[in-house]
Amino acid sequence: MELGLKEQVKERWAGHAKCRYDDRSDLCEITCARASLAELCGWLFIDKDFNFANLIVEEMPAAWRLRYIFYGGAGSGWVHVLASALCSEETFPSIVKFVHAADWHEREAEDMFGLTFEGHPRLGDFILHDDAWQENVDPMRHHFDPQMAIRYRKPAADWRPRRIVQESGAFVMPVGPKYSGVTESVHFLLETVGEDVIRFMPRLFYKWRAIEKIAEGKPADEVLLLAERFAATTAFAHGLAFCQAVETACAADIPPRAAGLRVFLAELERLRQHAGAIQEICESTALAVAASEAGIFEEDLLRISGELTGHRYLFGMLAPGGLLLDLPDNDCRQALNKSQAVLKQLDNLETELRVSSSFLDRLEEVGYVQQQVAAAYGLLGPVARASAVAHDLRREQPYSGYSQFRFEVPSEQEGDGYARLRVLFSECRQSVHIMEQTVAAMPGGGVLESFKPREGAALGWVEAPRGAAFHWVRLDERGFVTRYHVAPPSFANWHGFHVAVENFAFQDFPIMLATFDLSVAENDR
Amino acid sequence: MSPWVIKGIRTGIKTSAYPRNAETAAGVTPGLPVSSQMDTGAARALVDICPTQVFTIINGRVNVDVDRCIHCYRCVRGVEQPARWDSTYEWGVESNQKKNLLPAFRKSINICVVDAGDCGSCLNEVRQLSSPYYNIHRLGFFITPTPRHADVLLVVGPGTDHMSLALQKIYNAIPTPKRVVAAGVCALSGGVFAESFTCSEGVTDILPVDVEVPGNPPPPLAILHGLLVAAGRKPPVDLQPGSSQANATGE
Repeated sequence: MELGLKEQVKERWAGHAKCRYDDRSDLCEITCARASLAELCGWLFIDKDFNFANLIVEEMPAAWRLRYIFYGGAGSGWVHVLASALCSEETFPSIVKFVHAADWHEREAEDMFGLTFEGHPRLGDFILHDDAWQENVDPMRHHFDPQMAIRYRKPAADWRPRRIVQESGAFVMPVGPKYSGVTESVHFLLETVGEDVIRFMPRLFYKWRAIEKIAEGKPADEVLLLAERFAATTAFAHGLAFCQAVETACAADIPPRAAGLRVFLAELERLRQHAGAIQEICESTALAVAASEAGIFEEDLLRISGELTGHRYLFGMLAPGGLLLDLPDNDCRQALNKSQAVLKQLDNLETELRVSSSFLDRLEEVGYVQQQVAAAYGLLGPVARASAVAHDLRREQPYSGYSQFRFEVPSEQEGDGYARLRVLFSECRQSVHIMEQTVAAMPGGGVLESFKPREGAALGWVEAPRGAAFHWVRLDERGFVTRYHVAPPSFANWHGFHVAVENFAFQDFPIMLATFDLSVAENDR
Repeated sequence: MSPWVIKGIRTGIKTSAYPRNAETAAGVTPGLPVSSQMDTGAARALVDICPTQVFTIINGRVNVDVDRCIHCYRCVRGVEQPARWDSTYEWGVESNQKKNLLPAFRKSINICVVDAGDCGSCLNEVRQLSSPYYNIHRLGFFITPTPRHADVLLVVGPGTDHMSLALQKIYNAIPTPKRVVAAGVCALSGGVFAESFTCSEGVTDILPVDVEVPGNPPPPLAILHGLLVAAGRKPPVDLQPGSSQANATGE
């Protein structure tokens, strides 16, 4: 490597930004004037190839503090770009021009805090639906009084959802929030002139429960309950990210056995979630036997989880400082053996799917996402890896002892539905491979260590089954949460989903939706 | 013959013996805490440790409000005297709003599933009902996308404000006779989201609920039992025996 990032910042941004490097956490904090914020973030994202992770807005007593979090590939650590302004000023430059991945993050900050991002192409009507909330409500501000919120008002008579396609004969096909059989609540505006979806706009946040607001003022172990339960199909991953944030903020170490078991359970969850995603893909193509087979595997894995930990979705295992429950080595070995048996059947299923031409016809060259597009949108997880953006936090920013395990990060080049399916199958194999290694080298000792809470803030990150999840937690001196912000993987992937859908026929829509494995609950928080 | 047909036949029958016989496989339910006799100190400890106020002490007995239990297991893990915990799954309870339901349906039933802010796990458990292990089609239960064809409305999630209008419209669109099943503690009491300013404390605030199924999430068998109760094919259970009596005596 040429110059270190710190030196490069000094050289390139002299007079505009100050840089502080913390060796221990491999974290470079760049304090930057508002005027050069967008250019600096663009330089990191485009020239230096850093990934955008999260935008955290904090309302300090007298000032706004915005924290743009970036991370690099293996060995290049974390960069936090800090910008601040007096509380009376509510305008920041938008970085979207350079960092498209930050698009929805700025929209969220605008809705939640009433900040304006100059140069952002489209603000408003995002989390707070325009047809249900009055203007000038900023729920995440400290002075917000929930009692004052108007719960439901009739939309204005002339209120219409936004339209883009203006061609004659063009119309909008509205879908949802209740659609199809067993689906999460989300609204789609599909614009068309006939056969193809020309423009796609999701309207999300029908399920917004404002967990970040209700987390404020609660002790960390109570907020953990929210972290586990806001998107419970990947409960363990989100709970783990939250616990790691708290542990980093309090400089707490966890026992080695807890770390090993955490990896084991995280991989079990990934395997189960991927089996569920495969089931949905098979079902979306109406391949009944394959869907049933995959349904059996998912339920098998739910039962394995339930038998091992008591809960089918691994609730109640995590605690800041370790785990609430120790699992006997023998039980883990049994769960592993059963998981291996399921994996063997999953492999058979993949072999058969690969020669089912009617199935492949529905997936191949459908829902195409180019590599550059995936990178610009900051897509995450299996979706990104199927478009040759092979990032994986377990490899690049290892946590919970992942660095000691050998595994591959599967990726594909095509970026279509079939590539995403193949990545899911390959990751199932890697998960079981990691589980084997954890069981073989499970350390002994206790699983929970108490620690002294202290004031501070930290980021916790996890490669959740659907992609990277970032949890930012600020604690006061009693260990109570004063700010909690989550950037879940589905938030990034919903943002980029329209790219895959546009210019494909209507009948491919459910299939593309299934191959993206999007969670609405995770996005809506 | 198509390889898929052969594969399907080779897999054989996986379907649960329930409702005819009990399901005995491991890992099909997370279980629930149950009311029990306990000494005062241990009972107080449970009351203190529970983050959702499940436990109350009535006449020296630990009473459990299952509508609030979010399966955090803090009353059984890391405490000296754990709460009593049963691995049952028949959790369909008649709602307080509607006691003594008469059977409303004689033939097959179409179910409209609505997500009112659920975390994904309740919905995932509902999805399992169509998988070979539970296969609700054998019982004449079918999931329908449209409320116009529905007999039973199955609601999950705490009832977010953004969904309340849709929820009411869906309810009104279902022809009578109809039944509402609320599944999951979020739908019953709001669960961990109860205090949020963006949702109700359960859909019981929004809709007239007939059958309640606690659990976070309720496992497929519990939801199935709730549906059977709504159809009048299984008797409802009493998950809080003694509590209504205690209320009647002025507790």
